[in-house]
Amino acid sequence: MDDDGPVIPDFGEGSSCVTDNRTFCWDWAREHWGDTLQPAVLQHLWLTAIAIAIGFVLAFGLALLAHRVRRVEHPIGVGAALLYTIPSLALFQLLVPLTGITTTTVEIALVAYTLVILYPNIVAGLDGAPPEVVEAARGMWLTRRQVLTRVELPLAVPAIVGGLRIAVVSTIAIATIAAFLLPKGLGYPIFYAIKLPEPFKTEIYAAGALAIGLALLCDGGLVLLRRALVPWARKGGA
Amino acid sequence: MIVGDTFRPGIFVDALAFIADNPAFLAGKALEQLVLAGAALGLALLVALPFGIVLGHLHRGSGIAIGASIFARALPSLAAIAFLLPVLGIGFLNNAIALAILAAGPLLTNAFEGVEGVDRDAVDAARGMGMSAGQILRRVELPLAVPLLMTGIRVAAVTVVATAPIAAIAGGGGLGDVIVNQASYRLKGVLGASLCVMALSAAVFLCLVALQNALTPKGLVRTRVVGDLPPGKELQ
Repeated sequence: MDDDGPVIPDFGEGSSCVTDNRTFCWDWAREHWGDTLQPAVLQHLWLTAIAIAIGFVLAFGLALLAHRVRRVEHPIGVGAALLYTIPSLALFQLLVPLTGITTTTVEIALVAYTLVILYPNIVAGLDGAPPEVVEAARGMWLTRRQVLTRVELPLAVPAIVGGLRIAVVSTIAIATIAAFLLPKGLGYPIFYAIKLPEPFKTEIYAAGALAIGLALLCDGGLVLLRRALVPWARKGGA
Repeated sequence: MIVGDTFRPGIFVDALAFIADNPAFLAGKALEQLVLAGAALGLALLVALPFGIVLGHLHRGSGIAIGASIFARALPSLAAIAFLLPVLGIGFLNNAIALAILAAGPLLTNAFEGVEGVDRDAVDAARGMGMSAGQILRRVELPLAVPLLMTGIRVAAVTVVATAPIAAIAGGGGLGDVIVNQASYRLKGVLGASLCVMALSAAVFLCLVALQNALTPKGLVRTRVVGDLPPGKELQ
């Protein structure tokens, strides 16, 4: 992650496919998997994983607070909705004077976006337990903490995983914009290939397809996770 | 890629000064961005909205609607802009179509969910009153679907306006031109333009929230849009 970023290959050489800039050159993709595409995939996954991990912890904490203190629920939600309207390119740039052109800047922005997606979903999940179920649990002399951990949290799992799916897929997409700031992630090969005098098609399509594939793969993984965690819920949110 | 400027919080004051010194220039760039966004949104509305409404009315194609929402989220805006570049070339057409594709997802999904989710009893009652399929769509399903239709339009509009600056790397113009050209405008210019982009998106968001509240039929319980986000439905 902290190495020198992907090596920029020289497109001037290579097969006739590459020099003619045809739609997709498998030989280029094979040849530059090791020095361009694979490092970009790993950087991309790493950027996303850190953002999701930090965002999830923060969102969970805020949601527990909002669940306990109802008065703060609406203000946090309004702030979150407005935060999400900030264009990623602008947010990255606005953080530069504070944290420089660093991975930290990218992560702060990505964490902010995941927070905005995860928070309302976790709150909705926690508040979604039917009142009579909570009443019954209280009637069985469960403490408030036990009601939370044994009743409300398990019932919130589908909504939380639903939020995670949106957050992960969105973050993978938004992380490509980090390329405007740093030569990192799958956005960079696209960014680089567009700026060539003649946009290099193979690199654009390869990196773009990898980004989409990565997002769909993670989405599918989370669907399987939900099935494993809540076998009783056959059908969840889209 | 960024050189010369020192990073100090005071640069934000310079950024505000840049805005104050160049109001006409920035307003022109903002207008350029709004024209691009408007064209993209119009294109997406023309195609995706009727498609979603018809699918919802027929109660068919939930797979298409769900797939569209997942794909729209998974498609990076940078990739959308880059993918069509070799075919359509650098400029307005490529960017408008790329942004329209990004906007189509939330429009299609919300239109489908809105019309499909209309209470079947209400539709049956309308049919019992002798309404034709077209009348049911126009007078029952569409009014009841307004909250979700408007949600789709709002999400799509904010997506398009917020993504338009990225199109600057493919000749999209607008405020993004300033953001990606630090060599000419210095960090203060980049930050000033970023603040303008932010204000523009927030303004579009708030206008559409107001419009949504105004258009929601009185008979429907008004959903407080801001800060009242049903999971998975609202955000992009």
